[in-house]
Amino acid sequence: MAAGTARATDDVVETVRRRWTFRHPLVIRLAHWINVICLVILLMSGLQIFNAHPALYWGDASTFDRPFVAITDDQTDDGTARGLVSVAGRSLDTTGWLGLSNLNGEPTGRAFPSWITLPAHQDLATGRRWHFLFAWAFVINGLIYLVYGIGSGQLRRRLVPQGDQWRGLGSAIREHLTLRFPEGQEAKRYNVLQKLTYLVVVAGLLPLMLLTGLAMSPGVNALVPLPDLFGGRQSARTVHFLVMNLLVLFVIVHVLLVLLSGLWNNLRGMLTGWYVIERRALPAVPGDDR
Amino acid sequence: MKPRLTTPAPHRRGFLAAAAGLLGAATLGGCDRLATTPWGRRALRAGEDANLFVQRLLLTPAALAQEFPDSAISPWFKPNGTIDPQDRDYRALAARRFEGWSLRVDGLVERPQGFSLADLRALPARTQTTRHDCVEGWSAIGRWTGVPLAELLTRAGLKPEARFIVFHCADTMEFAESDAPDSANPDMTVRPEGAENQASDSKAAGAEAPDADAPKGRPIRYYESIDLTDAYHPQTILAYDLNGQALPVSNGAPLRLRVERQLGYKQAKYVMRIEVRDTLAGIGDGGGGYWEDRGYEWYAGI
Repeated sequence: MAAGTARATDDVVETVRRRWTFRHPLVIRLAHWINVICLVILLMSGLQIFNAHPALYWGDASTFDRPFVAITDDQTDDGTARGLVSVAGRSLDTTGWLGLSNLNGEPTGRAFPSWITLPAHQDLATGRRWHFLFAWAFVINGLIYLVYGIGSGQLRRRLVPQGDQWRGLGSAIREHLTLRFPEGQEAKRYNVLQKLTYLVVVAGLLPLMLLTGLAMSPGVNALVPLPDLFGGRQSARTVHFLVMNLLVLFVIVHVLLVLLSGLWNNLRGMLTGWYVIERRALPAVPGDDR
Repeated sequence: MKPRLTTPAPHRRGFLAAAAGLLGAATLGGCDRLATTPWGRRALRAGEDANLFVQRLLLTPAALAQEFPDSAISPWFKPNGTIDPQDRDYRALAARRFEGWSLRVDGLVERPQGFSLADLRALPARTQTTRHDCVEGWSAIGRWTGVPLAELLTRAGLKPEARFIVFHCADTMEFAESDAPDSANPDMTVRPEGAENQASDSKAAGAEAPDADAPKGRPIRYYESIDLTDAYHPQTILAYDLNGQALPVSNGAPLRLRVERQLGYKQAKYVMRIEVRDTLAGIGDGGGGYWEDRGYEWYAGI
């Protein structure tokens, strides 16, 4: 079963106990893994860039004494250093994680800790180079995915809920909350919550990251008043940061659900294209008299 | 239905996946090391090349940086980088409010010449309320008045080989270890002073503030460069006023560059001399600017 062979989705191969369905075409699989690499590097280099000025504002310009979000460090009355996250004027002690963390064994004032930034040490210039290079890779990869996905009809089939799925929205939510996953025939397509989540990420969050990113470029700003879409350049930067948080949340939930709904099957699916549905969950197959 | 297939070994696939994951993690851990190899550095620069190529493709001279109403002006225009040069000659100039100071324009020009502040103020002026975007991420809005760089270049007359405009500034950023005559900023009117230190905001871009007790070498003063495309852009001015007042020392008195379609570190402060060149080689390490020689992009349009 060569994964590289051209196959239509929903090619089905029956085996004794399993039904093999060809779920992910090569372009989608490649786009998925390239996207994983891009988003990880964009996240880590983005946090490096954020560390250069760890505060967020609303509007065109920065209101330095009144940030919307700030990650800082200070000293308590007894002289102990601590890390602080303040949001809209309320502060939270985040020592060890945000604002103050260990760098080579020394507590260091640093918004995001070194283990999650690229480069690990404070180096805005290199962080920017990583960020822009992989932003280009992300955009080119995304364009290939979109052109292929729209052209082949994959995107509509995969991400847009079908009529019956909308009607089953309520029960889908209940099933998700109890961690029961569709089996048999129903497992051949993404369920409605899955489709909607992917749709929000693909058509909403990821394009929003690109737009807010471009809105921060003074060069692009001379071409189109992109910052105005978001209420100013500093707002665009804040939205960029908030959407990053939503994407991290998405990835956490995505990976958790991959684990819970069958790690190896899902992983095989995204690596080779083939996804297995256990036969016991299938309706009786005509002609199968065993 | 007859089974057409035997079950492949999912464990092998799983193992491969895990191996791929581990390899990915190891690669990421190696990212920092990769970025220090010559090959890695060159590869990382591809993003800047792409940014320059695309922005130059799309941005015409008519593409103006966004301008703002006066009501948007920031109450405090955050000074960054050097905010109070300690160079003795600069302090002397500042003490007499830059009387006797003149901006030198030389290099690949037909008519090298100097411009006093009065000369500059007598030339056609442009006022623009623009947003200053620091590479660190913050922004401030200010109203700048100054003379378009194109006015000065036209008066000096560019030679055909001219390609870059280099700005030599008065503020010492650090001291080089060697005393080699090959200086980043050779023809400054200002001489280093042994006991002086510079007020460089080291947070500007991660620079180490020079140690006051360290033996002083050759001073490296701020320098920047742009090409002719940006030099002749209508919003590229040498500003002498900020928000209707003479430019304060903290913001670059007597004169600072505004290249509005690029980031803050391109907006050289304390400009003393403008040199027209055919190449950036021979200036500092050849990157085209103080921060460029320390890893930042020469093209700072993003």
